[in-house]
Amino acid sequence: MEMNEYLDVFIEESKEHIQALNDHLLELEKDPANIAIVNEIFRSAHTLKGMSATMGYQDLADLTHKMENVLDAIRNEKVKLTSPMVDVIFEAVDALEAMVLDIIDGGEGKKDVKTLVSQLESMEKGEAPVNTSAPVAEEKSAASTSTETELDQFELTVLQQSHEKGFHNYEVTVQLQKTCLLKAARVYMVFEIFEKIGEVIKSTPTVTELEDENFEFDFTIILVTKDEADEVKQKVMKVSEVEDVIVNDLKIDTYESDDTVDADAEIKQTETKKPEEQEAKKSQISTKTIRVNIDRLDALMNLFEELVIDRGRLEQISQSLKNNELQETVEHMSRISGDLQNIILNMRMVPIDQVFNRFPRMVRQLTKDLKKDVDLQIFGADTELDRTVIDEIGDPLVHLIRNALDHGVETPAVRKEKGKPEQGILKLNAYHSGNHVFIEIKDDGAGIDREKVLKKAISNGVLTLEESKAYSDQEVYQLIMESGFSTADTISDISGRGVGLDVVRNTIESLGGSITIDSTYNEGSTFLIQLPLTLSIISVMLTEVKNEKFAVPLSSIIETAIVNKKDIMRAHNRQVIDFRGKVVPLVSLTEVFDVPGEVDEDDFLSVVIIRQGEKMAGLIVDSFIGQQEVVLKSLGNYLTDIFAISGATILGDGQVALIVDTNALVK
Amino acid sequence: MANEFLKSIVFELNDEEYALPVDLVGAIERMMPITRIPGAPVFVKGVLNLRGVVTPIIDLRERFSFEVKEYTDATRTIIIQHNDMDVGLIVDAAYDVIDIPTESIEPAPETVGSVKIDYIEGVCKYKERLLILLDIDEILSTDLFKQKAKETTR
Repeated sequence: MEMNEYLDVFIEESKEHIQALNDHLLELEKDPANIAIVNEIFRSAHTLKGMSATMGYQDLADLTHKMENVLDAIRNEKVKLTSPMVDVIFEAVDALEAMVLDIIDGGEGKKDVKTLVSQLESMEKGEAPVNTSAPVAEEKSAASTSTETELDQFELTVLQQSHEKGFHNYEVTVQLQKTCLLKAARVYMVFEIFEKIGEVIKSTPTVTELEDENFEFDFTIILVTKDEADEVKQKVMKVSEVEDVIVNDLKIDTYESDDTVDADAEIKQTETKKPEEQEAKKSQISTKTIRVNIDRLDALMNLFEELVIDRGRLEQISQSLKNNELQETVEHMSRISGDLQNIILNMRMVPIDQVFNRFPRMVRQLTKDLKKDVDLQIFGADTELDRTVIDEIGDPLVHLIRNALDHGVETPAVRKEKGKPEQGILKLNAYHSGNHVFIEIKDDGAGIDREKVLKKAISNGVLTLEESKAYSDQEVYQLIMESGFSTADTISDISGRGVGLDVVRNTIESLGGSITIDSTYNEGSTFLIQLPLTLSIISVMLTEVKNEKFAVPLSSIIETAIVNKKDIMRAHNRQVIDFRGKVVPLVSLTEVFDVPGEVDEDDFLSVVIIRQGEKMAGLIVDSFIGQQEVVLKSLGNYLTDIFAISGATILGDGQVALIVDTNALVK
Repeated sequence: MANEFLKSIVFELNDEEYALPVDLVGAIERMMPITRIPGAPVFVKGVLNLRGVVTPIIDLRERFSFEVKEYTDATRTIIIQHNDMDVGLIVDAAYDVIDIPTESIEPAPETVGSVKIDYIEGVCKYKERLLILLDIDEILSTDLFKQKAKETTR
């Protein structure tokens, strides 16, 4: 079908509109009197309705249509907005979202929305939304058995135009015999006749419902044809097992006057205004941005990665050949490809708002469920991150926010008791710093009780009472992200904090990031996530161990040092050095990676000092080769879970070098 | 129906002839420099750069617990593409592509050659040659591998 072409665009735009609906509804809730916001919502709903009707998603169009009516009533100040009303509209938006998701999954975007529709209808009439949907629905179905079928704007236009062109518009009710066994087959035959003589504009129940035999014995369709009513009737009656056919002339204006007159007229008006408005808006944007399929960007990135590898190779060749001209050209090419790299990486950057924008809604729901009062403050939503990171970071953030709301911020009563303002604050802050992006989740809730965490850790056997005394606050907080804490049985609020936090940490670390916790008891906690800007091209320090090459990500290196063997001390049965006043354990890569070859007896050791969070370690290598930009490649699906190796890269000479997973080594 | 063929690639391993369906095979390469993967099972020789793709390499001799032999000029790496995995198999030599009539394939008898029955999909006689058809899923199964990885990290 041709429609497929537009499906992607439809899905993208629907998602945007649903997001816009959500955002504006939240604003509206805070500022119910603001008609400008209602107008924004109305606009989104209207566009969504138009799009879904064009694409043939009837349920979607119907629901948005109802929503639109309500919004229209609100902005014309016929109906006053109340909090329960906002809830219903939110529910409607949720239903819309579910339908769009269904369409994304290849479904038909169908959903039973009768309850919502009737709620919206009653709201439109100015009644408070009550959940007694049944009678209203009945009323509606009773109405539809007579000659009334709901028509939307799109269908009305078609009917109008066909009428102008001299076609007849009929409403045909076909009744099958009660003894009819193959209802679907009869329906099919009837439709075949209809399609020969004209066009079916609408059918009640819908065609799919009819095909599924999801109806009693009669159905009604709206038919546009040149044939006379009698002819139509005769033709259909020829189909066996058809009891009766009623053909009525359909007057379009009856439909218009049928509905709430004012509202419809209002819609008409705005409709004539709106397309221009939107057109203008669209053309303005289209000159500045274009939509590019993400696959193409990925393909571009892959090609560029190949180029980076070749660049490395060329640099190596030119250095060994020592030809001036070649060197100059290669240098120039390196500079240009560096710029190119920046541009490509920038293209893949998306604002973190894509993740943040669903949080206000989530927080609203959660606080309602938890009966808490929390003000969510978002800062730095325009901070940009690589798409791959964005895709992964959503779930951990959801988890942390849930945690903060559930276990961090106290209930208003408790807060009052503690002398804090009843409304809690949850701050979400994203910002760039160096080659990293930081995301801060800060609440002013209960904080983490050091003693409780320690007690738990000791009872879990994670550490002993003696050890616990030496733990800094920071180290204690890190404990709640240990996997041992996740299955903890319920000890007040702390155990809850541990649920799944190890998963959060693992996800973040697998992205090459880290997470630290800071907390003051009774004043709140801060979770700070540090993430790399990009995942695919990274800077590494290339080192040599015997005949093998290992790459250490520059992001985790503090510095490199040459250490005299005499300066190595032993503590807890481990080799340690004194590095700028800190005791740093040494890790020999030869041992960790079991590198074959003769043991080199040298008085001096080359050490790469790495840091992960608060912990440091020194990696002993044989020699440093130098700093290099490399393309991160995975080891594939066959080799998974290789200890202390996070991936591989291809060096200038075409050989593969492994990238050291520093997280695993700092322990 | 009777004249269906299975296009297969024939290779030598420990003086026996084996076959794999040709549509699994992405390429056949001479030996290339391999980067060792620390902590991987012994039959995984490492990874190599195959036109920009980091590809793990399995020594089939060691996978089947045969006696280890030096690589020679005839040694080949057969690159298999299967189930989203790119894996290279080191074999003693790779020969021709032949059409095996599917009717001539028989289920593996209890004792055939020296490869464990698990890895064998069937055997067939083809013009006086005995070909052993391998089960690629078993060869690339990572179950055993994951066990080993766990043992090494502990």
